[in-house]
Amino acid sequence: MFIEYFYLMRKRGLDVAPNEWMSLLEALEKGLHGSTLTGFYHVARAILVKNETEFDRFDQIFLEYFQGVPFQGEIPDELMDWLNHPSENLFRELEELKAAGVLDETLEELLKRLEERLAEQTEEHNGGNYWVGTQGRSAFGNNGWHPGGIRVGGKSMHRSAVAVASQRVYRDFRKDNKLDTRQFQMAFRLLRNLSAQSNEEEFDVDATIHDTCENAGTLQVRYKKARRNTIKVLMLMDSGGSMDYYAGLCSQLFQAAVSSRHFKELHTYYFHNCIGSNVYTDPRMNFDSAVPFEKFLAQYDKSYRVILVGDAAMNPYELDHPQYNFQTHSYGLSGIECFRQMKRHFPHIIWLNPESMPTYDNYWTRTHLQLAELFNMFDLSVDGLESGMKQLLVRRAG
Amino acid sequence: MKQLSFNRDTQYVASADLMNTVNIAIALQKPLLVKGEPGTGKTMLAQAVADALGKKLIIWNIKSTTKAQDGLYVYDVVQRLYDSQFGNAGVDDIASYIKFGKLGEAFQSDEQVVLLIDEIDKADLEFPNDLLWELDQMEFYIPETKETIRAKQRPIVIITSNAEKELPDAFLRRCIFHYIEFPDPEQMEDIINVHFDRLEDKLVSQAITAFYQVRQMRGIEKKPSTSELIDWLRALTVSGVNPKKITGTIPLAGVLLKKDKDLAVLNRNLRR
Repeated sequence: MFIEYFYLMRKRGLDVAPNEWMSLLEALEKGLHGSTLTGFYHVARAILVKNETEFDRFDQIFLEYFQGVPFQGEIPDELMDWLNHPSENLFRELEELKAAGVLDETLEELLKRLEERLAEQTEEHNGGNYWVGTQGRSAFGNNGWHPGGIRVGGKSMHRSAVAVASQRVYRDFRKDNKLDTRQFQMAFRLLRNLSAQSNEEEFDVDATIHDTCENAGTLQVRYKKARRNTIKVLMLMDSGGSMDYYAGLCSQLFQAAVSSRHFKELHTYYFHNCIGSNVYTDPRMNFDSAVPFEKFLAQYDKSYRVILVGDAAMNPYELDHPQYNFQTHSYGLSGIECFRQMKRHFPHIIWLNPESMPTYDNYWTRTHLQLAELFNMFDLSVDGLESGMKQLLVRRAG
Repeated sequence: MKQLSFNRDTQYVASADLMNTVNIAIALQKPLLVKGEPGTGKTMLAQAVADALGKKLIIWNIKSTTKAQDGLYVYDVVQRLYDSQFGNAGVDDIASYIKFGKLGEAFQSDEQVVLLIDEIDKADLEFPNDLLWELDQMEFYIPETKETIRAKQRPIVIITSNAEKELPDAFLRRCIFHYIEFPDPEQMEDIINVHFDRLEDKLVSQAITAFYQVRQMRGIEKKPSTSELIDWLRALTVSGVNPKKITGTIPLAGVLLKKDKDLAVLNRNLRR
């Protein structure tokens, strides 16, 4: 019956792999959940969830799946039966898994092993000599003392799994609402592409020593190709106007990018709302920091990964109409045309937006939607940045 | 949540959740990955588990330069060359120049041991993946001697991480995971009680209140952890501060906060 739970988790975005699910079944077969739903909650979380940022999502799914189960009163027979005699039900579970066809070859093997183990098993594992014991025989006990073991102290506050899950104490860990420089930095670290393809060669100390000694002391010099991060980054930030609300957030992003020293190159430029005839090297965007757009494109080739940061909110007129250039006294390209040119020039380009995607189209959100159609747009959050970095690493349609 | 604590010999207080997870990892014979804020006792957990089970603890401290190979074995070719130049006996025996690393040591132990791989996230990104086979199969091959080292007794593996790097998925999928939460004030009192024989109740309760106040202040970059609280309590007892004044003035704040900027934040908060 739990197969639906497995699929629910995957559907809700919790990335549970089949072999983790198998481990969970194995744990149940060993009776590690102590035949209680609370036990099941803890076992499942420990095996299936590998990051505290996912705990909250796990809690929510757990609630969604089990909320109909009355915890203080009677537990439905089917569920009780499952929790009490997991081994009897495992065969059925395995059949279901197979029928569902989610298995690859290695998993087939895994299943076979588990089946064999089940076949060998003659008695119920509950109350056996596994480590968690309620009979006081094991080192980690729930009741009583174990000589040289662990003292059970403190207050006993038995809480049901649903009570635990419904508190959602891990809400704060969710990646989509917690932001600090460190987490941004971590996200930036995803953007790396180590390569030993460079022409640089460096002296290989270990191999030289090894080969020299093996060669009875006659020097054998060895070189190896150096491994370097090959990624070069261009960051263009919208500055001023409606972006002032996000100044703190953008400065965090900027700090994180600058302190992630592992990029081969990192260049930062600024623009206001739209890229016009100039981009600027200084956020105040004075004339002396202006770089003509054509020069900018000529300076950086397509190997650069480009991150645009902005709320994409402006008067639609600004985006669609040609811009008047005060230096040449003529009309240049329109904003959208500049952005299109950027996209053609740089195959790896993303847009980070501190404002989340609008759900409706009106005068104020039009440019946001328009630019989201042109670029891969991500929320300026840790989650968004991570997906963005992954997007920048590979070239995908979209 | 039930709370389990180790006996007097060990100074470790663990939540029931954590103990359950340890049990799951042991029963399923999978490595246990422990994450949590600094100062929540990740490293001490392994010691406590080893003590409770009466097993030997082997610690492999990971540094940024550590390679997976270091944990398995090192072939000391240089020593062998020296020996051959002086005509020492036993040069033909390559095996005597193989020095086992911590993982190799754990595999070769006749009795089951607890192996702690401490701060795995400090090493290269590839490091955990390089250990996949060894931790899964509990064996490795030495080409120099054409020998396969297989674990005599599958060690209990505990891995800690400070989340400085994201660990690879393939590695995570093989682990049991536990996140140690920062202890709540009640648990903190228990932890203090195992560290001190006798303390004035008033002092402890005031210090804990002040400690959590400081932790919650906005703008504190490096929040004080358990070990800092314990140092602070020690300092407070020695200097004989009036317990009533602790929450209002936070005396000896330098013990709790290590950064100048954090101390400035504290002073600003106190003046208000």
